[in-house]
Amino acid sequence: MTRYSAWSLLRAGLSGQRTWTPAWRDAKPKKSYEAVIIGGGGHGLATAYYLASKHGLRDIAVLERGWIGGGNTGRNTTVIRSNYFFPESTRFYDFSLSLYEDLSRELNYNIMFSRRGMWSFAHDRHGVEMLRRSANAMRLNGADAEYHEADEVFRRIPGLNPSPRFPILAGLLQPRGGTARHDAVAWGYARAADSLGVDIIQNCEVTGFDIRDGRIRGLETSLGDIAVERVGLAVAGHSSVMAARAGFRLPIVSYALQAFVSEPMKPVLDTVVLAPSTGTYLSQSDKGEIVVGSALDLFPSYAQRGSLPVLEHTAAGLIDLFPHFSRVRLLRQWAGIVDVVQDSTPILGESPVKGLYLNCGWGTGGFKAIPGGGFCFAHNIATGEAHPLAAAFSLDRFRTGALIDEAAASGIAH
Amino acid sequence: MSGYRLDHGGDIDRTRPLTFHWEGKSYSGFSGDTLASALLASGVRMVGRSFKYHRPRGLIGAGLDEPNAIVQLEQGAQTIPNLKAPYVELYEGLSADPVNAWPSLGFDLLAVNGLLKRFIPAAFYYKTFMWPDWLLFEPAIRKAAGLGTSPALPDPDVYAQTSAHTDVLVVGGGIAGLSAALYAAQAGKTVMLVTGGAHWGGRLAGTSDTIEGKPARVWIEDTLRTLAAMPNVTLKARTLATGHYDHGMVSLCERLTDHLPLEQRSGPRQRLWRVRADDLILASGAIERPLVFRGNDRPGVMLAGAARAYLHRYGVIAGRQVVVATNNDSAWQAAFDLAEAGARLVAIVDARNDPSAALLDRARSLGIPVHTGMAPAAARGGRSLRGVRIGRVSREGRIEGATQTLRCDTLLVSGGWNPAVHLHSHGAGRLTLDTNLQSFTPIAAAGHRSVGGAAGDFAPAAPIPALWSISETGEPDPEAWVDFQNDVTAGDIALAARENFRSVEHLKRYTTLGMASDQGKTSNVSGIGILGTLLDRPMQAIGTTKFRPPYDPTPFGVFAGHRVGEGLRPRRRLAFHDWHSENGASLDEYGGWMRPAAYPRAGESEEDAVRREVLAVRAGVGLFEASPLGKIEVKGPDAAAFLDRMYVNTISTLNVGRCRYAIMLTENGTVFDDGVVTRLGEDHFLVGTTSGHAGAIAEALREWLQCEWTTMQVLVEDVTTCWAVANIAGPKARDVLAALEPDVDISGAAFPHMSARTGHVCGLPARIARVSFTGELSYEIAVPWRDAGALWTALVEAGAPYGLTPFGVEALMTMRIEKGFLHVGSDTDGATLPQDIGFGGIMRKKTQDFVGRRSSLRSDGLRADRRSLVGLEVTDGNPAPLTTGAHVLPATAAAPQPGEGWVTSSTWSPTLEAPLALALVERGQDRMGDTVRVWDLGTWREARITGLCRYDPEGARLDA
Amino acid sequence: MLLIDCPWCGPRAESEFRCGGESPIVRPADPAATDDTTWADYMFFRDNVKGLGFERWHHRYGCGLWFNIARDTVSHRILAVYGITDPRPALEGEA
Repeated sequence: MTRYSAWSLLRAGLSGQRTWTPAWRDAKPKKSYEAVIIGGGGHGLATAYYLASKHGLRDIAVLERGWIGGGNTGRNTTVIRSNYFFPESTRFYDFSLSLYEDLSRELNYNIMFSRRGMWSFAHDRHGVEMLRRSANAMRLNGADAEYHEADEVFRRIPGLNPSPRFPILAGLLQPRGGTARHDAVAWGYARAADSLGVDIIQNCEVTGFDIRDGRIRGLETSLGDIAVERVGLAVAGHSSVMAARAGFRLPIVSYALQAFVSEPMKPVLDTVVLAPSTGTYLSQSDKGEIVVGSALDLFPSYAQRGSLPVLEHTAAGLIDLFPHFSRVRLLRQWAGIVDVVQDSTPILGESPVKGLYLNCGWGTGGFKAIPGGGFCFAHNIATGEAHPLAAAFSLDRFRTGALIDEAAASGIAH
Repeated sequence: MSGYRLDHGGDIDRTRPLTFHWEGKSYSGFSGDTLASALLASGVRMVGRSFKYHRPRGLIGAGLDEPNAIVQLEQGAQTIPNLKAPYVELYEGLSADPVNAWPSLGFDLLAVNGLLKRFIPAAFYYKTFMWPDWLLFEPAIRKAAGLGTSPALPDPDVYAQTSAHTDVLVVGGGIAGLSAALYAAQAGKTVMLVTGGAHWGGRLAGTSDTIEGKPARVWIEDTLRTLAAMPNVTLKARTLATGHYDHGMVSLCERLTDHLPLEQRSGPRQRLWRVRADDLILASGAIERPLVFRGNDRPGVMLAGAARAYLHRYGVIAGRQVVVATNNDSAWQAAFDLAEAGARLVAIVDARNDPSAALLDRARSLGIPVHTGMAPAAARGGRSLRGVRIGRVSREGRIEGATQTLRCDTLLVSGGWNPAVHLHSHGAGRLTLDTNLQSFTPIAAAGHRSVGGAAGDFAPAAPIPALWSISETGEPDPEAWVDFQNDVTAGDIALAARENFRSVEHLKRYTTLGMASDQGKTSNVSGIGILGTLLDRPMQAIGTTKFRPPYDPTPFGVFAGHRVGEGLRPRRRLAFHDWHSENGASLDEYGGWMRPAAYPRAGESEEDAVRREVLAVRAGVGLFEASPLGKIEVKGPDAAAFLDRMYVNTISTLNVGRCRYAIMLTENGTVFDDGVVTRLGEDHFLVGTTSGHAGAIAEALREWLQCEWTTMQVLVEDVTTCWAVANIAGPKARDVLAALEPDVDISGAAFPHMSARTGHVCGLPARIARVSFTGELSYEIAVPWRDAGALWTALVEAGAPYGLTPFGVEALMTMRIEKGFLHVGSDTDGATLPQDIGFGGIMRKKTQDFVGRRSSLRSDGLRADRRSLVGLEVTDGNPAPLTTGAHVLPATAAAPQPGEGWVTSSTWSPTLEAPLALALVERGQDRMGDTVRVWDLGTWREARITGLCRYDPEGARLDA
Repeated sequence: MLLIDCPWCGPRAESEFRCGGESPIVRPADPAATDDTTWADYMFFRDNVKGLGFERWHHRYGCGLWFNIARDTVSHRILAVYGITDPRPALEGEA
């Protein structure tokens, strides 16, 4: 692996960019592996990387049906935060955030984690109380949170509409929140995992599971059979499809979540903003685009397409916050398919099939969880035990009722 | 100076000159010009700087494919960033500036990036800026990135939206679109024909071509006249089809005023059309590809088809000394047209060895030298083209042998044409590779088809040479531009392939190829071609990236339409709204309704007013508008049995005329709603819900009836806004009610607490319920909404002798907290089970199943350490109420630690003269009397756990 | 924007409707006697098909009717509209 640095750029510049080597090898699948991760998105690649780097496993493959990072990793609005309500959530997401903070240096790949802060607002009296409740919960559970009255919110976010339809009465700022370059997260993990010997295999679809006596023995793929007894499934959006191939169902419904970008502009917004009134959230990318999203298309879907109703809703929400963006033009809309579960909390842990582990149910917020999800999932696959930070995210909670209902509790869309 | 205007030709009106401003300097053009044509005619060469290297750039295209001429239009509130100059119609006084150049287009400091180019290829930023931290570098990178500048002022314009249905929607006003529209219209269909630009006729308008034996111009005018006269045809120019969505929905953006001088604009600026058509015909034409060779981005290199459009539409010759370089026939026509218009054609350079004899003859007759089998090796010049070096070119695009330089100021290029398949692809239409075109063409799909250029109907009989990338080394050239705006070169594509970014999507994301504001209209197919050559894979196997709406960037404002300000979600007004406003109420939004928070008198704070209002109710009588309380009629033979299944409480045992407080769960066992259920008759109930929740409850009731218990005979109707409700509360409430002369017996014995009567008050039909959320004797009087004024006037009059005091939501909340009455949504959240709020006993007693019961009894619901609702009594001597949202910690907590619960409601109690609170606390009900600490953003308070009800726990006042 | 053929009102825009999810979901006849696993299956676990799916919709801003549709979850094409108590029609998926 060529180590990346200003020096390597200088050297390559003098040699016509010929010194670069593939960021990852295009591996051919072997007959067997010690562990296989299905899904070459952020979570799958991070899991492989941590299996190799933290648990010493080297005989690992990541199988990706298409191109790595092509699912939700490469389609989301890149917000990173840990502003959750319940301690189980806050601890996990804050751990993930802390991994993000050092990820560029750990992977030797600039994922452009931009600590620009994340705001959410309260729009009415009840909202103020709920926001306060969230701020207190975050701080008591170990995350950073600042509660600000409206004056301070307006001082800190120039351009915010002073008289929106949904008044801004208070703001909760997580200063450590921010954004990162989504593709780079996938590529950085892929390159780092590859350098530790992980086989990354693109255009390889898992078509069936070899399950005997309730235990996973192997996989059937479009590139041949693979014998393996430890398999991690990290295919958010398509979790139910793969589960069906393994013979079980999941408490998941797939929905399309859209994202929108404007044309690139000079810097105009230097933080991340969420308005619960309309569900609108936005930030400005390093390239200068306003990246904005809001609500799900509220019917089950596997189509990664945009639609008009949600675009209209999002545009309205955007303009209520920043009326000057009305003349700014939408460049592109698209959608990713997200795993929606009852309680907006992920499923991380055992499946009904022994040796087959689940990493799914991330709802609309899987991107920020990539390092934490990969870390805990690798721990689970390597040791057979749930990582303490993810123990509450088991599939069993749907039977016991121990749901961690973030959407209901925090009033923040997750 | 290079481009110039002819004294004839084009669709411009030379009798109407217009003055405009570019970079602060005045220029003139004509009515009918675009900003691009007027600049070109004025001899302006350099119109922009590229995104990354800030290289000088000139016009390449004549339409929405233009990657270089990106402008900031107008200033102040009117400003719009990133418009494409060929699509900006000229108007008197127009003012535009280049973007991404500082201090000026001519002298741009960041042009230094161009000098560093070799060290900062595609994706270089992933490989550096990691130490010590990206945050150190990011501000400078962000400042350098971006194109135009966002408006800083609110948009002064409004936007309209409308929907339409038509038998046939034809997208594109060129020859193919006009023909398709005419054909459909003559067959009797209703037809909508739209074109994005101001002009009809597409590329052939103004040319010497003939159609059906007529000159193109005549045919276009005749056809338009015919169409305009047909009642079943709608013609819309300046109407761009932006997206093609599910079930055939097409979005159109109609520009209503953008072409007018600022002072002449009125009405909506743009209109969004949502069109459904049985048949969608895409006649969106084709987009020309530039040739990729060293220095191909020099100002003066232009698409041949664009030069032809500037000539025919605007009477502008693109340059004084013109070379044409091509691999296909189309550019020859541009050369001929320009030569005939008087331009000096230096040469035609064709990569093919054997262009048709007809073309060669024509060139000869016009005196244009022709170089076959040759291609441009490099463009010469700096800010302006000075010449082009050409040489023999191999099939692979390698320049072999000696080269020669042709002096020229303008180089017209054509690398072939790509059908505009965008809308076809938005609609999930599939593509196939046409090897003669070297491009992708649409495969007809259900409900929509492409015609004309969009279908690739111009494909030659034999393949054109692909010629994806021309270089002298045989390798993709790092100085040959593919994506002009984003500065992606052929060398960058090779770099991506070398680093294994070989999926077309990886290529795009890694290099940013096709991610600029033109979305790769001129670059995507070339990029695929170059990648295919590098990987030795057919283009079909590489495929395209996804086409996404909109076709061209479209203002957020037009998508928001009327949903701005109050139009985003109109606030609901109470029945007595005007009275509240006139009588000093401070109105606030609660659950979508504008309601009086309190009625502060002069000099009173809200807190003062709330205290006064509470004490007035407790001592005398108060008046409150309760209209938003949900009211749902539930009627039918199975109504009682149905409500037993819906509520935690048993409803069927309720006697007619009696009321019962009840809670409802979700099927997941959590508390959904609470309210008072009244039995109006054996088979007739009035279900009360929390304010703002009636719609959701009615919907849930209907869903259970229609989807689960389909044989039950029950009718559900939400009548919330049919009835205006006045609540009189306080020891003197009965006196006030009596003064309204009700025709029912309101004596305590005849009309006890938790009962309801139907009758009349002050002559108005009314439903009267004796229920209380304040803890006092209380009546809710509901009259038809239209009678609200009469009731309220009568009440105010009748109440005057008793000191009837209007009170707001905050006083009501204070009183219910004193009383320990639950407020769903405050004291419960989406995780609260009935046993957490004291309904465990009622559940246990009820034998029958009801919605949510089973879920509430899962093992997690039976945990002993669940949070339960309790009262909190402040013990630290501080009179300030606890903060709602503060967290409850163990008495032993010395430092912040995860809490045991939180304060759900809190107030100063004027009645008890003490702060009171309700809280959800772990094992709360088992910890009566325990001390806890309360933490709020770093401040600590002390409190003791108490029962919920702190005022009149026996309920004597309710039964008074 | 889907175009949904309400059995009572005819074809109307998606924005008038609400999707109620997979259909039918059979509620256990005796919830109290249903074990946690079976109850969880009823509450949360879904086929969530990629391709031909069966689901119920509600004409929320129209007649208020609940009805079933068969819809492809990839193309979003609606293959059948049928009554809430009618059996699932026999159809072939597209995806």
